[in-house]
Amino acid sequence: MKTKNETNTLEIKNLHVEIEEKEILSGIDITIRTNEIHALMGPNGAGKSTLAYVIAGHPKYKITKGDILLNGESIIDLEPDERARKGIFLSFQYPLEIQGITMLNFLRTAYSRTVLNKDNELEDVEKFSKYLNKKIKLLGFSDEFINRYLNVGFSGGEKKRSEIFQMLVLKPKIAILDETDSGLDIDALKLVAKAVNSEKANLGILIITHYNRILEHIKPTHVHILVNGKIAKSGSHELVHQLEAKGYKALLENST
Amino acid sequence: MTTTQTSFDIDYSKYGFKVIYDPVYSTKPGLDEDVVKEISKQKNEPKWMLEKRLKALEVFWQKKMPTFGPDLSELDFKKITYYIKPSERSQNSWDKVPEEIKLTFERLGIPEAERKFLGGVGAQYESEVVYHKIREDLKEKGIVFSDIETAEKTHPELVKKYFGTVVPMYDNKFAALNSAVWSGGSFIYVPKGVKVDLPLQAYFRINAENVGQFERTLIIADENSFVHYIEGCTAPIYSASSLHAAVVEIIALPGARVRYTTIQNWSNNVYNLVTKRAFAYENATVEWVDGNLGSKVTMKYPSVYLLGQNAKADILSVAFAGKNQVQDAGGKAVHLAKNTSSTITNKSLSKNGGRTVYRGLIKVASGAVNSRINVKCDAIILDDISSSDTIPVMDIREKKIVLGHEALTSKVDEESLFYLQSRGINQEEALSMLVQGFIEPFVKELPMEYAVELNRLISMSMEGSVG
Repeated sequence: MKTKNETNTLEIKNLHVEIEEKEILSGIDITIRTNEIHALMGPNGAGKSTLAYVIAGHPKYKITKGDILLNGESIIDLEPDERARKGIFLSFQYPLEIQGITMLNFLRTAYSRTVLNKDNELEDVEKFSKYLNKKIKLLGFSDEFINRYLNVGFSGGEKKRSEIFQMLVLKPKIAILDETDSGLDIDALKLVAKAVNSEKANLGILIITHYNRILEHIKPTHVHILVNGKIAKSGSHELVHQLEAKGYKALLENST
Repeated sequence: MTTTQTSFDIDYSKYGFKVIYDPVYSTKPGLDEDVVKEISKQKNEPKWMLEKRLKALEVFWQKKMPTFGPDLSELDFKKITYYIKPSERSQNSWDKVPEEIKLTFERLGIPEAERKFLGGVGAQYESEVVYHKIREDLKEKGIVFSDIETAEKTHPELVKKYFGTVVPMYDNKFAALNSAVWSGGSFIYVPKGVKVDLPLQAYFRINAENVGQFERTLIIADENSFVHYIEGCTAPIYSASSLHAAVVEIIALPGARVRYTTIQNWSNNVYNLVTKRAFAYENATVEWVDGNLGSKVTMKYPSVYLLGQNAKADILSVAFAGKNQVQDAGGKAVHLAKNTSSTITNKSLSKNGGRTVYRGLIKVASGAVNSRINVKCDAIILDDISSSDTIPVMDIREKKIVLGHEALTSKVDEESLFYLQSRGINQEEALSMLVQGFIEPFVKELPMEYAVELNRLISMSMEGSVG
């Protein structure tokens, strides 16, 4: 039985964020809905990763003003795990390596807490392994992958594919992909793009990237350019082409 | 909801949990020649053993307390009862064990039979039949598995030849004490070429003396044999006495391999001061797998003397120190022959004001060329009130060796915690996962049931550790 896709909305409203009393984000407004793909671009140090971390709930950052709402409810007072349970997913730019915890054990726990929304139980291991096996090949991993320790000894590209694999397993409502394309070769990029595209009807996506390359495979519906903690310009995919042709400086000078 | 506090921070006083002894005999508190003579008499020992005991008592008086390590000043030798002989037929009843303790055991998933033992009702151990079956198999292969008291009578030549040779009474004050008042423990002899495929576990021969204060264990693995011995368990063991001073001696003859696994979880009133040492002859391997969860103070440095060429030592230990606990543990390897190798891996965790210390010694004698040494110690400190120290000592008198040493002390990595949390795992569970991952190299060396128990214990101990 297939129900009609629900629409979820993540609203970032006038968001001001600081770290160690230094303001990084100075009034961000972005609204992301299911089946929308927002690309966030901008020079180094503009605050792109900060925005990703703040949405996911990293404790290091302090929101001084503004709000983040998921389907109308503020999430900024929620713990990172509570946000994940509500359907927020962050694909890390630098995924952590965790010794001694197998992918299987990790994902089974995460799946039971998020998708099943159970606090103390774990999904049946056989059932879950079958579920994983279906998804694992989509990202080009072999079967023994799930017995490896979480990201330990993975190449840069494997880590990024692993993040997207996790996204497929955990079925979030809103996904933030923080430079998922960096470190991926062309084949891997295509695998990742295919996996993301297969989910996009059920997903609102924010892609943080420096390059158009990934956006040729995952077509953005919206493009935002972040400079010095503010959205300097928003537009369609066309904006990326202009950017690639002119660079940030010229593009932004022209627009003002 | 009432929560049962189960962890290395377990508060035993809350339970009023006592091993319900029904002793037929116990010596008066304190230590003198009469007490030692009485112990020997109760055991109906040969004269040579009594003489050894009396000599050891003299040594004990002469020896000074350790000049290193944790504070032992509260230890009062006059107040300790050195020998308790339990009744043959234990009248202890499972019903008398407090409900919370039973619950704890249940949560830990400890088998009923073992639970009863832990509750102090071990004499009614239900798998006695299984045990007898195992004993028959062992006997057929010529393996001896008993306590030393029995071995003194059945295999006096072996006991006489090896007892006190690896850990002499002169070694340290507590080895001397043990040599004077020892009681219980295990004796194992494995004949040439025999490989014991099933681990020998102390609780197969349960009696109240097994949880005694001054056990003595002697393992002799003859040429090219193999044996794995396991003592202890992850569930808390209550001891009314404040001192546990055991001695373990292992002799691995040429080509033999001995693995000795310990999990200690003494109640937190206990000073756990243990001397464990092995001799590894040519091509022999000795592996110590040592987990320290409980006690007030533990001082334990399993060591291997590599006496013959190509001998190998593998010492893997993990320590948890909670509130009011000091775990001063580590390992020693003494290289006395060519091409010998030693690996020492130590993992420790401290929380709620606990203190862990890695104390290690590597000695390489001149001429022990091509010795390979690898020491790795990792410590995690889980909060701001706990601490950890690393004290590695190296005494190396040979140039032609390969030496690796790594030591790392860290707090729980916030970024790793956040990563796990961002996948819907709450902080407490995430912390528990990180800790389990940290000690995984240790846990995977344990037999399955111990590994499961230990992991459960750890996740329970993480409950409420996040503010």
